[in-house]
Amino acid sequence: MPVDGFMYPNEIELQWSVLIVVYPFITGLVAGAFILASLERIFHVAAVKPTYRLALLTALAFLLVAPLPLQLHLGHPERSLEMYLTPHKTSAMAMFGFVYLWYLMAVILLEIWLDYRHEIVLFSQSTTGWKRLLYRALSLGSSNISEGSLRVDDRVGWVVTLIGIPSAFLLHGYVGFIFGSVKANPWWSSPLMPVVFIFSAMVSGISIVLLIYMAAMKLRRQSIDMRCVDTIAQYLLYTFIIDFALEMLDLIHRIYEADESFRSLDFMLHTQLFFSQVVLQIVLGTVIPILTIGFIQIFDVPEKLRRMAYAVCGCLTIVGIFAMRWNVVIGGQLFSKSFLGYTTYKLDLISREGELVAAALLILPFIILAVLVKILPPWTESQAGFVREPSVCELGKEA
Amino acid sequence: MITRRKLLMLLPAAAMAWEYVAAGTPEISPNYSRPEHWWGMLVDIDKCIGCGNCVRACAAENSVPDGYFRTWVERYHVAGWQQETPQVDSPNGGKNGFPPSKAVGGKNFFVPKMCNHCEDSPCTQVCPVGATFRSIDGVVLVDEKYCLGCRYCIQACPYGCRFLHPAKHTAEKCSLCYHRITKGLTTACCESCPTGARQLADLKNPKDPIHEYLKTHSVQVLKPHLATGAKVYYHDLDGSVR
Amino acid sequence: MLVVFLLVRAQFVPKSFGQFGHYRGDALNELASKPISFAGHQTCEECHSDVLEVKKAGKHAGVNCEACHGPLAKHAEDPGSVVPQLPDTAVLCARCHEENIAKPKAFPQVVSAEHSGGVVCKTCHQPHSPLLQPGDKKS
Repeated sequence: MPVDGFMYPNEIELQWSVLIVVYPFITGLVAGAFILASLERIFHVAAVKPTYRLALLTALAFLLVAPLPLQLHLGHPERSLEMYLTPHKTSAMAMFGFVYLWYLMAVILLEIWLDYRHEIVLFSQSTTGWKRLLYRALSLGSSNISEGSLRVDDRVGWVVTLIGIPSAFLLHGYVGFIFGSVKANPWWSSPLMPVVFIFSAMVSGISIVLLIYMAAMKLRRQSIDMRCVDTIAQYLLYTFIIDFALEMLDLIHRIYEADESFRSLDFMLHTQLFFSQVVLQIVLGTVIPILTIGFIQIFDVPEKLRRMAYAVCGCLTIVGIFAMRWNVVIGGQLFSKSFLGYTTYKLDLISREGELVAAALLILPFIILAVLVKILPPWTESQAGFVREPSVCELGKEA
Repeated sequence: MITRRKLLMLLPAAAMAWEYVAAGTPEISPNYSRPEHWWGMLVDIDKCIGCGNCVRACAAENSVPDGYFRTWVERYHVAGWQQETPQVDSPNGGKNGFPPSKAVGGKNFFVPKMCNHCEDSPCTQVCPVGATFRSIDGVVLVDEKYCLGCRYCIQACPYGCRFLHPAKHTAEKCSLCYHRITKGLTTACCESCPTGARQLADLKNPKDPIHEYLKTHSVQVLKPHLATGAKVYYHDLDGSVR
Repeated sequence: MLVVFLLVRAQFVPKSFGQFGHYRGDALNELASKPISFAGHQTCEECHSDVLEVKKAGKHAGVNCEACHGPLAKHAEDPGSVVPQLPDTAVLCARCHEENIAKPKAFPQVVSAEHSGGVVCKTCHQPHSPLLQPGDKKS
């Protein structure tokens, strides 16, 4: 028996597997990457412009994979249409179908289309064979690329991004609420949960775009725009500080109030979750990146070292945020609701919800991204970086 | 934009849905008027002898798979004055009774557990599609033809009474033997309890002895601080019971 | 697009959904129509009134038939062809009456090894009225 102490008989087997860890991790990356993109579009942080299109494509690649872990987890995936047909208004999970569809169609796809429409039309005219057909289809029949039409693209795109920010918060925040609203589980139940999820999502999304940008530049043998990555790292730091503060607040509050669940949760944290929570999530995944990037803000660090530091911190952050999802989802099921015992999570290698499937789901978005980048290049051949057409507001300002 | 993936996911779901639209309406049970009943249960801790009859009977009546429990019995040992750290065991849910205890002294008793058919049930609140619900007669039920197997309800139940059926891949739990109580029979667990520790109660029936009982005995529910409106009333439930 | 969605919805949502609440109304009757395994003591007593007479005067008055004899709805439906197996008292009685610290003190319980030294319970006790009367077989 893998049980230590006492557990209600039906609690011994975990219900939500590693796939349910992968799902919020992926939607978190989507939301975070989108927020990074919106930094440039809405808040005019010009320095991060080189990553704008890449961030959007990254968000799309991960968004397309997001429903897969859920479908693989369901006992009856063929019935998932029911979520659209008879959504139960009191269930946060029922929101998924609609929020996902909204975010996919009305935000990500629309924004990418608007931003790339100019190039798509040009490609549809300049390429041949199946590529020509592809771009013709993507253009959705439009062929007007006059100054006026591009200005309209820009304006509408700006509105879409603006709507996209709260939509991104909703896409990932509702996942936090799914956990945070379960009064039966004291590890999950907290009003802070949606907020913690959103900020950790932003941290992971910013990191993944940073890493993909640096890797892409290395692969294309082009120089990394240091002003860009320095700025991204700054925003990463700010977001991290808020995220860390929230998590510490939760921890301190729990320790101070020490309610009926505390002793049991505390023990779990010092034993089963010690490596994933204290070592991976807190020390390696949060404290070290904060201290490193913080150090870089205060002291002059040479470019090469900064690049290395950003790459390492980016990787640590990604691992740390995955660990955070693991600690929430799996951690919340390792202890008994009687607070008298613990069980263990048996992660299979080869099964519908096993390690290999989880790994495949995490790799798949990168493959999709590689395809997207080929179809919709986020960079122009003549320039070293990725540039979007300057927005009307900026043109106006320069004049 | 309809992608091929979406269409592939849609078609089998559509076929599934069509199946029960075409099936027609099942027979209605005669003489039973749902709005006239509000079901609950009374469990008397003083009478439970931990024989496990209820667990076995429930498994037989409802084809409960091995290793999963629609009802189970826990044995408590409370040493001294500590209320927060009882020693509890439930070997195979108490299905084969309990082996002799190694405990010495203290307070020892059995606690049968099951779905509490809560009035403000947190499990029905979270179901994304309406596959689990509280019926008009107060029984929390699972529609196994509609359940997606997302397991949110299992997470939301504070009492650990739900599980995922390993073959049907849908959520399952005590149905208060709905197929029996709607025919004037009692539940399988109550029928087989030799001491009367478990008794079905109809809170809307003025003739049900529960009303007099509630007026004259001290009763408790599990985890009252969660305000679930649990309708399984325990008599003499010790404060150490989790 | 909304129109398409509503049309699809009308087609695929089960007809009885929403009849009584946010669930498939037909589910209530489906659940109510599941097969029964335990007949219930009233059914047993219709035929076995002789046993009832003995039982209701004894200590097992409150113990229903199927608590010991197991689920017998099939036998009640077809008493001729479905003949139940008598339970083995060596196993059956111990389930309730083997001593355990968690059982209520007033409940009759024994340490069977000391009590009967391995002799099967039915040797001395009549299961339907188990309390030994003066003159009953005792070793």
